[in-house]
Amino acid sequence: MKQIWISIRITLFLMLVLGVAYPVIVTMVAQVAFPDKANGSLVYDDGLLRGSSLIAQNFEKPEYFWPRPSAVSYNPLPSGGTNAGPTAKGLLDAAKERGAKLRAANLGAGDPPQHLLFASGSGLDPHQTLAAIKYQVSRVAVARGIPQNEVEKLVTDHLEGRQLGILGEEVVNVLALNRALDKVKPIPESAAQEPQQDQVQPNHPLDSSGK
Amino acid sequence: MNIFDILQFTLFVGVLTLLTPPLGRFIARIFEGQRTWIHRPFSWLERLTYRVSGIDEKKDMDWKQYALALLAFNFIGLAVLFFLQMIQSGLPLNPQGFAGVSWHSAFNTAASFVTNTNWQGYAGETTMSYLTQMIGLAFQNFVSAAVGIAVAIALARGIARKSTQGIGNFWVDLTRSTIYILLPMAFLLALVLVSQGVVQNFSPYLEAVTLEGAKQILPFGPAASQVSIKFLGTNGGGFFNANSAHPFENPTALSNFLQMLAIFIIPAALTYTFGIMTNARKHGWLIYGVMMMLFVVLTGASLASEYSQNPIVGQSGVMEGKETRFGIFNSILFSTVTTSASCGGVNAMHSSLSPLSGGIAIFNMMLGEIVFGGVGAGLYGMLLFVLLTIFLAGLMVGRTPEYLGKKIEGREMMMVVLAILAPCATILLGTALSSVLPVGLTSLANKGPHGFSEILYAFTSAAANNGSAFAGLNANTPYYNVMLGLAVLFGRFLIIVPILAVAGSLANKKISPPSSGTFEVDTSLFAVLLIGVILIVGALTFLPALSLGPIVEHVLMLNGRTF
Repeated sequence: MKQIWISIRITLFLMLVLGVAYPVIVTMVAQVAFPDKANGSLVYDDGLLRGSSLIAQNFEKPEYFWPRPSAVSYNPLPSGGTNAGPTAKGLLDAAKERGAKLRAANLGAGDPPQHLLFASGSGLDPHQTLAAIKYQVSRVAVARGIPQNEVEKLVTDHLEGRQLGILGEEVVNVLALNRALDKVKPIPESAAQEPQQDQVQPNHPLDSSGK
Repeated sequence: MNIFDILQFTLFVGVLTLLTPPLGRFIARIFEGQRTWIHRPFSWLERLTYRVSGIDEKKDMDWKQYALALLAFNFIGLAVLFFLQMIQSGLPLNPQGFAGVSWHSAFNTAASFVTNTNWQGYAGETTMSYLTQMIGLAFQNFVSAAVGIAVAIALARGIARKSTQGIGNFWVDLTRSTIYILLPMAFLLALVLVSQGVVQNFSPYLEAVTLEGAKQILPFGPAASQVSIKFLGTNGGGFFNANSAHPFENPTALSNFLQMLAIFIIPAALTYTFGIMTNARKHGWLIYGVMMMLFVVLTGASLASEYSQNPIVGQSGVMEGKETRFGIFNSILFSTVTTSASCGGVNAMHSSLSPLSGGIAIFNMMLGEIVFGGVGAGLYGMLLFVLLTIFLAGLMVGRTPEYLGKKIEGREMMMVVLAILAPCATILLGTALSSVLPVGLTSLANKGPHGFSEILYAFTSAAANNGSAFAGLNANTPYYNVMLGLAVLFGRFLIIVPILAVAGSLANKKISPPSSGTFEVDTSLFAVLLIGVILIVGALTFLPALSLGPIVEHVLMLNGRTF
């Protein structure tokens, strides 16, 4: 009985220390030292929130580079992958369907790299590989009416190397690259005003729950 | 594999090995009650904890008192977390207005977080209020890890002491691991993670207008403070549903490297602590070496499998379920780190790994997560196999086995075998039952052998207190919430209580001086025997189950079969 009483008291006390004081102090320090990062690396245009540089958005217009496919239609509530197993028919079908769409949209570019065919783990992967971006350069250049070498230069400028020279992979941040494209030459008004659906249908039949 | 894979792997192993002695020495000093530099800023908090809670820190407990205090503490923790989730809608810091959690999900989550498992049937960003995440989940991330460390330390004391009843004071061990070890490390790591982009605020979710004009709602919260302890305490429960695949939870390659390191660092250091406390440093290094060897071999095998061709989609190193910034190598390394430790955080969806890589993740957990393992749990799990090996070696040469000067007799072996068999039985019985009951099968997302693997993974992960998943399985149902909730409790306490009994029984014994007949435990012969025992127990118990899941799926994949 005495141990139960101690348990209750130490639980409540440590809840205050570890569950309240600790996160509050971390938040205060983080908000002073890294306010931009702590608040989600948000991206604004004239005060309008356009998203986070860490969270992928849906891009399906030919004028934009396309990100990794998403099991959650780029809707972060909640995040997740397809969880399709390596022998799932759904995995093969989804890859085939995306491949066909990509080949039609990028005529003459050949077979798409796998980063455009397979969904990311979080459904919110903000990056693409250089190969997957290069595959789309010609399409974007034509759709925008920008010379191809100018687009290529933009891509090269956005290539992020491995961290500390060895960690991780070389990546391109898709949202940053697309914003840079808009700065060079915005999409004509008529196309930009075209109404968009809030969320497209999930493009994969399998569940995406759980961790 | 390329040169960067090898460089990163070498860096990971190198940094881990370099940090092991200093941290191990530090932990030993903390538990031997010596003053360290960390006491200057924090010792008032330790004293305050004792005063507020009415703890007599001078009291030495025998194993039964120790176990009783531990069980009482976890029971209260379970009850508090259970009710907290159910009434969260009426509590503050709930900017999204989330409703109370259902009873079965609340039970599952409470059991899972109290036992350091962090299996999650729910999705954090659409279920849990900020308050629940902080005082409920992050709090248990700390103390469940501290409980694991306490048990490992108590066992080390049992081996080191002679002719005494006492194995330490549970409340003191709990408080010291929390305040001097976990809290300072978590604080520092949290800030580094924020510098990489992990979110840390109390903001309500914001609505963005994407470049193509769609609406996108961005979730936030005090994530970094929870993510740092999620790894240091080998808990693994994600702040967000996608866990450490989520860019707000694991934004860069550096944050990823530090998270993997954070999983292994305390379990690795504890092998050194154990060596100091039992005055057998060479033996401590031997345990470290055996763990490292198993880790390198299993990671290598998993990489080889992932880099080989999946003929169905005509691609090797398939990126399904993986993040671009991590690529194949860091996804696989994370998967073996998280499953050999009892972490369970993931940076790629394990369900979409190649069949044998997924199988190795399951096998890592089946071995009992003794390759570094959970904080504390990895060490005491490995010591179970050490005792078993010594006993078998003793049988072979016909001598009473001795371990670090203590005779190992029937009573200890009974407890050891119970602790080794309990999780095995939980895994196999739970999987078998769920594979035949309709209520177990309706939750499956994948068909064919992968569906069986989903169930096998779930019970393995629960009984081994891991928490990762083949997450296609819809586990947020009354059936799975209750079954897996029970499995995590069995997998935790049916090991801890026998371990404490062994500690008490060993503490009571005299030290017998080593003789020429003593079987030495710091030789390569012993290492080979130990690895043999681990693999034989693991393989004999689980090969049939693995054959029905990952192994047959691998063969069918090579034949191009889809389901």
